[in-house]
Amino acid sequence: MMMIKFTDQKIFIFLKTQLMKKQTLMKCCAIPLAGIILVSCAHVKEYQKSRINDSEMILANKKVEKNELNAQSYREGSSGANGGKTGGGCGCN
Amino acid sequence: MKKICLTVIGMYILMAHAFSQVSIKDTSTYKPKKLKLDEVNLVSSYYNQRADKSAVMGGTPGPKGIGDVTDFANGIDLKFISWDGKHRKNTLTGGIGIDYHTAASQAYVDSNGHARNNGTRIYPTLDWTIENEKKGTEFGIGAYYSAEHNYYHSKGLNTSFAKKTNNNGEFSVKLTGYFDNIKMIKPAEFEPVDSISNVSPTDSVVYVTTASGTTKALIYSNGGLISRGSKPKLPSQSRNTYTASFSFAQVINQRMQGSIDMDFVYQDGYLGLPFHRVFFNNGKDTIENLPSERFKFPIGFRLNYFLGDNIILRGYYRFYIDNWGLKSHTAELEVPVKITPFFSLSPFYRYYVQTAVNYFAAYEVHSPTDKYFTSNYALAAFKSNSFGMGLRLAPPKGVLIKSLSAIEIRYSHYTQTTDLVSDIISMNLKFR
Repeated sequence: MMMIKFTDQKIFIFLKTQLMKKQTLMKCCAIPLAGIILVSCAHVKEYQKSRINDSEMILANKKVEKNELNAQSYREGSSGANGGKTGGGCGCN
Repeated sequence: MKKICLTVIGMYILMAHAFSQVSIKDTSTYKPKKLKLDEVNLVSSYYNQRADKSAVMGGTPGPKGIGDVTDFANGIDLKFISWDGKHRKNTLTGGIGIDYHTAASQAYVDSNGHARNNGTRIYPTLDWTIENEKKGTEFGIGAYYSAEHNYYHSKGLNTSFAKKTNNNGEFSVKLTGYFDNIKMIKPAEFEPVDSISNVSPTDSVVYVTTASGTTKALIYSNGGLISRGSKPKLPSQSRNTYTASFSFAQVINQRMQGSIDMDFVYQDGYLGLPFHRVFFNNGKDTIENLPSERFKFPIGFRLNYFLGDNIILRGYYRFYIDNWGLKSHTAELEVPVKITPFFSLSPFYRYYVQTAVNYFAAYEVHSPTDKYFTSNYALAAFKSNSFGMGLRLAPPKGVLIKSLSAIEIRYSHYTQTTDLVSDIISMNLKFR
C-alpha cells in the first residue's frame, strides 16, 4: 500500500512538473476534448446507428494491425493510448 | 521454421473444418446457454526490416545490414460465449501466438558474429468478461504470458471495468501489470573468463555460456569430452510495468463517433537490455545503463466519420511524454472506401515524430563519466512515415466457405530517418 502511494505521488509530481513547464499537454488535450464534448449532445437512437455500427467505424485498432503495432513499439520510443501494450517483453520500451 | 509453417497451415485447415460442422438452432425463447465457440481469428504477418544501425553494436555504422530483421508471426484467438441465468453475457477468449524471427545483430552478441541469429517467441493469453446488457456494465480479467527462449519471460495480469452512459457514451478503466524476467546475457567480451571455463588437468566441468545465452556444462576427462551435464542457471533481473488506462468513447451523431484514451504507465527494475553495447568517446565499450524508473503518459484521440455512403474517415492522434525526456506526436488517417457493401479498400498514412531521451548519444559520443547512456536508436530523435493499403472482404455467405466470414489483408511500408526501412504484410481470417 505504501509502495502504491509512493508511486502515485511520483507520477503526480512528474506530470505536474511537465505541465507547468510548457503546458503542451493541455493544448493537445483541450482542443479535441472540447470538440467532442461540444457536439456530443445529439441523441442517436439504436435504429439510427447503421453507419456507426459499421465494422470500419470501430474505435480501436483492427485485429489485422496487431503485429504492425507490435513492430512500432519495438522501433519507436513511445507506446500506449491505442489499446496496445505499454510494456512487457524484450525490446519493448 | 518449417514446423511453424506446417503448424499454421494445419490450424487454418482445422478451423475451416470445425466451423463447417456448425448447425444453427432456433433459440427464440431465452434460457441459459452453455459456453459455445462463437468466433475464431487467425492473424499472420511477415515483417522485413533493413537497417544499418543496431543497439547490439552500439549504433556503430558498420557492417551493412546489421539491423536487418525478419519476423514471421502467427496467432490464433478463440472466443467462447455463454449466457448465465441473470441474462449476463460471459465471454472467454483464449489465444496463443508464435513468432519466429531472425535478427542480424543478434549474431553479434558474441564478439565475432557467430552467435545464434534467430529465435522463437510464444505468448498465450486468456481473458474473461462478463457483460450486463441491462445495466450497461462490463467487468473483465485477463492473464498473459510471453517467453523468448533464453532471453526473457514476461507475465501479465489485467482487470477492467466499463460502463455505458445514457447518451451513447462508454467509460472504461483497465489496470494492467507486466512482470518481466530478463536473462543477463552480456556480449561475450564482458563475460568473465572464469565463468566461461573451469578446466582441471584431469576430470573437469567446463561451463560454456554461448553468446546466444545457452549455458552448457561439459564434462571432460583427460582433455576429452565424455558427457554433457546439467544446465546452470543464468542470472536474471526483473522489470515491472504498471498501467492504468482510461477511455471514454462517445457517439456524436449518426455519422460520427470519437474516443479519448489515456494511459498512466510506471516502470521499474532493469529497463535496459544487457546485450546493448555503448561505445565511449575514448574507444572503450560497455553495456547500456538506463535509470531504474520510468513514467510514461500517452494520450490518444480517435475520430471516425462516415462521409456519404461509401467513404469513412478514421483519424487518430497521440501525444506522448515521459520522464526520460522523450516526447512524441503520432497522426494517422485511414480512409476505407466501400467498393461494395462487403468489400472495402483502406489506404492509410501515419506520421510519427519523437525527441531523443536524455541518455541517448550516437556511436563514440558518450563520455565515460556519463551516469546513464544508451545508443539504442529507438530512443533517438527521428521522424517516421508509413503508408499502405488494407483490404476487407466480408460477404454475407462467407468467403469461399460459409464459416469464413471475413478476410482482411493489410500492407504497410515504413521509413524512419535513422535509415531504417521496413515492410509488413498481415492477414486476418475470421471464422464465425
